[in-house]
Amino acid sequence: MAAASASSSSPSLIDTLFQRSLDDLIRVLRSSSSAALEAAAIARALDEIRREIRSPDLDTKVVALQKLTYLASLHHFDMSWAAFHALELLPSTSLPQPRAAYLAASLSFHPSSTDLLPLATHQLRKHLAPSPSNSPAVAAPALHLLALASSPDLARHLAPDLLPILSNQSSNPLRPKAVATALRVLAVCPDTAPVLFKPLVECLSLSSDPRAVSAAIGAFCELALAAPDPSPYLPLAPEFYRLLVDSRNNWVTIKVLKIFARLAPLEPRVAARIVDPVCQLLRRFTAKSLVFECIRTVFSSLLDHDAAVRLAVDKIKEFLASDDDPNLRYLGLQALNMLGPAHSWAVEDSREVVIQSLNDTDTNIRREALRLIMGMLCDSNVVDICNMLIKYAIKSDPEFANEILDEVLATCGRNVYELIVDFDWYVSLLGEMVRNPHFAKGDEIERQLVDVGLRVRDARPELIRVARNLLIDPALLGNPFLCKVLSAAAWVSGEYVEFSRNPLELVEALLQPRTNLLPPFVRAVYVQAVFKILAYSFISFIEQIQAGESLAIGNSLNQRGGKQEGSDLVAAKSSSDQNNAFEIGDGVATADKAILFDSIEKQETFKHESISCLLNLIETVVGPLSECGEVEVQERARNVLGLILIIRGTQFWNIEEGHELTRDNKITKMVELMESAFSEELGPVSTNAQKRVSVPEGLILNENLSELLDILGDDDINPCASVSFSLRNHHSTETNQDSATAIEPNSLLAEHRKRHGLYYLPMDKDKSESNDYPCANEPLLPVSHGEDTEDIVKLPAQSLIPEKAKPTKPRPVVIRLDEGDGVSSSNLSTAKESKDDMLSGAIRDVLLRNEKKPSSTHKTSSDRTSQRRENDGSENSELISQQKESNSFGDREHGKSSSRKSRHHHKERIESSGQNRDNEEKSHRHSAKSSHHHRRHKHRQRGDAPLDIVPQSPVIQDFLL
Amino acid sequence: MIHFVLLISRQGKVRLTKWYSPYSQKERTKVIRELSGLILARGPKLCNFVEWRGYKVVYRRYASLYFCMCIDADDNELEILEIIHHFVEILDRYFGSVCELDLIFNFHKAYYILDEILIAGELQESSKKTVARLIAAQDSLVEAAKEQASSVSNMIAQVTK
Repeated sequence: MAAASASSSSPSLIDTLFQRSLDDLIRVLRSSSSAALEAAAIARALDEIRREIRSPDLDTKVVALQKLTYLASLHHFDMSWAAFHALELLPSTSLPQPRAAYLAASLSFHPSSTDLLPLATHQLRKHLAPSPSNSPAVAAPALHLLALASSPDLARHLAPDLLPILSNQSSNPLRPKAVATALRVLAVCPDTAPVLFKPLVECLSLSSDPRAVSAAIGAFCELALAAPDPSPYLPLAPEFYRLLVDSRNNWVTIKVLKIFARLAPLEPRVAARIVDPVCQLLRRFTAKSLVFECIRTVFSSLLDHDAAVRLAVDKIKEFLASDDDPNLRYLGLQALNMLGPAHSWAVEDSREVVIQSLNDTDTNIRREALRLIMGMLCDSNVVDICNMLIKYAIKSDPEFANEILDEVLATCGRNVYELIVDFDWYVSLLGEMVRNPHFAKGDEIERQLVDVGLRVRDARPELIRVARNLLIDPALLGNPFLCKVLSAAAWVSGEYVEFSRNPLELVEALLQPRTNLLPPFVRAVYVQAVFKILAYSFISFIEQIQAGESLAIGNSLNQRGGKQEGSDLVAAKSSSDQNNAFEIGDGVATADKAILFDSIEKQETFKHESISCLLNLIETVVGPLSECGEVEVQERARNVLGLILIIRGTQFWNIEEGHELTRDNKITKMVELMESAFSEELGPVSTNAQKRVSVPEGLILNENLSELLDILGDDDINPCASVSFSLRNHHSTETNQDSATAIEPNSLLAEHRKRHGLYYLPMDKDKSESNDYPCANEPLLPVSHGEDTEDIVKLPAQSLIPEKAKPTKPRPVVIRLDEGDGVSSSNLSTAKESKDDMLSGAIRDVLLRNEKKPSSTHKTSSDRTSQRRENDGSENSELISQQKESNSFGDREHGKSSSRKSRHHHKERIESSGQNRDNEEKSHRHSAKSSHHHRRHKHRQRGDAPLDIVPQSPVIQDFLL
Repeated sequence: MIHFVLLISRQGKVRLTKWYSPYSQKERTKVIRELSGLILARGPKLCNFVEWRGYKVVYRRYASLYFCMCIDADDNELEILEIIHHFVEILDRYFGSVCELDLIFNFHKAYYILDEILIAGELQESSKKTVARLIAAQDSLVEAAKEQASSVSNMIAQVTK
């Protein structure tokens, strides 16, 4: 390194003479054919640059810097190490050198990471100073650099130097640039508002160069848009209004409209004043950018003015109808989106176009249309629109289909399902979404299925029907996107089994062979669901017997044989019916029939045979799982087997006619135990629930847990055998049952086959093909794509408009926790905002002071404006006198402090332009000034509290004619 | 305001970058990669706006070059399209039917022109004539300075220094 620097510190004359120029570098890069060659060329060039840039010869240095700039901006090489070399070149008197240096600096300096930035202060000030030796060719890039890379310190120190350029009345080309720079300086360092704001306001005046006006409007537009509270800019409304009416420059008009869009909501009179000009612009102008800005202004701030809104909506229709310009269609949809449900008539007017946009070739337009439609949702149209969208999603491309699902899920689930009245419908919609061929939203559906179950009691019967339909379909099991949903469905089927029409069918679905395709964590949920259903079935069986005991039982015994057969028949028929219904895709129509069959079935469900059949089935399938490698699955499987063991172990089981032994204490106890295990209802848990649990007295949470070791050790040795889930026991039963299990599977499989024959392949098929189920998510009805949109347009005959039809049934209770539930708390206070607040506070201060203490220039300008107003023919002399009154009133009240402040300030400015020679003295002044700034700022804050509120409203009134 | 201006060729090569908001070098590289993927993938006859990280990117293709500008969500997209066109027209006028090569070999000129049109992310000069005049004036100043530097007496002064 030392050698390198030694050699580089004195590059030979040869180096200088044969230095490669920027053009040479570009040529080399362009001629290198492969990426590797290019990288090598760049590396070589960088080496050269590192050597050349240290050269004492400025020409060599400049060329090196130019090359480096090129590489940094187009090939993304870091050039922060060269910051000093750029600064070195700034003072050069040869014009190309500082310009190249400025270009390099403005492209590479970063306000926070370039620590050499303070070194630029002096040179920038020199270039900004209005002296004849400074050509605009260096002043302009200096302004540019200040705008792009100013740190708060740099901004504070150089703000006074902008003033001479800013207040230059002639048409200096630098003035608009200085305005833009002042904007950035203000944004970076709000403290400079007292210095910079007044000249900015003056730029708006009539006499200014139109380019300065345009730049100033741009600056105020940025300021007003960025401010959290734009009210400090209200006093400038007359100036803006003048520009709105008079300006012939569309770019200026657009900016003015933006400012008014911010100001109008603050002050209804502003809105009333600008409606007419805006409508005229809308009618007269053809420039789309201007028309669009007018529309946006109307939609965001003038919604109370019906005529304007109608006019804007008409223009939007023109936008939407422009087939050849996707930009206009996109923007039209976006503008409609601003309207919100209150103006859904506007969307309704263009309903067909909006819905057809869902089919646009441009994904952005589709997305915008979707957003618009979702924005129109309300509780009366949610059913129609969501049905339409879900049907549409089946036919659209995968990405967009999932976007639709996402939007529907998010909108319907918003704020704890506030839009949903009919939860039965919603739950079945969730089930329908899963059938989408591109479905990939498993996580959200899983969450919502469980969440609805927990929160909405009335939705549970439908929920379990949906869960059953999902679980029973073997084709769904192979889809990795669905396993989350299936897990939720399995949980629902176990938790709310009491609403099921046929628990046995659920168990069969949960234990079907293809469940081995599921990941273990889902499998564990399945097994646990089986456990719950088994417990439930057994309890119901016992209860049924106990209830039947009081009646005469004998006669049913004789008939059982015949009836059982019949019910089997019915069961087979009903399930095949349902399967057919699935295939056709109108589950609703056959649902009634299914209920009928199921109710017949249910009477026969909990017979001795069916229970024992159930036990056998479970034992057969779950048995192998007890050896499963996954602990979750294994543990739960053992639980299930243990329960079966207990049931089998009861005396009652071995005797043909159970009713005699139901008085057995053991059984009653067991039933009680199981009931108590599952009867307690699970509810939603608030996110803050844990905080609300008070720590019981005497419990020390921080205590060392080492004592627990002993207890744990004990536990290992003596596995708790109270419910006899022990390993040994289990093994013995398994051997006992061996003979039974050997026979069972075949018969069970046969039965399963009979029931769900549809999903089985023909018998003679090879085993290896067992995974090739028909694609689960085949669209149910093959629809030709040509008629898609027409179908869809026809579909929602009146869907977008909110109907006021009474819902057929009242909205069920949705459990909702008070706090932290569904509503995301929004933290709006950010650092940026506080900064903006500071800025607008400072600006308000400046403006109000202007009002109260008109300086000579301001006086003339205000006189001029009042004159203009009189010329306009508005009868406002009274108001003007009022304004003067309020000014003098303000003077009396606050004159003292503010005049002191501004006078002092004025002096400072004179100083700053006056003494530019002595560096030391200057730095001293800087420190003094900055400390002064702080003091003044504090002072202002203290003094402003009443000032903000009291005099402001009269001031605004005066301006607003 | 405009946050940055990018010129990307159809092959994904960057031809000009200008950042009006502070981005670190790392972020810049990432932004360019993301956006060129997003924009170059879009077919013709689609709308010229892309939503990106809460901002909007307005782009327009001229021959093999994509001109992209990133703006805030509440800015006027059509206005930006006009600004892009304005920029292209000025380039065209300056270089005389501009092509990609002009920008490659005169890359600092392109920056100077852009700097006359936009400052701090704001439109500065809406008159093509004025921009042309300003740039011409700068060029002549620079030329004069160069001539002076390369004059014989200057060279002698340097050598004997």
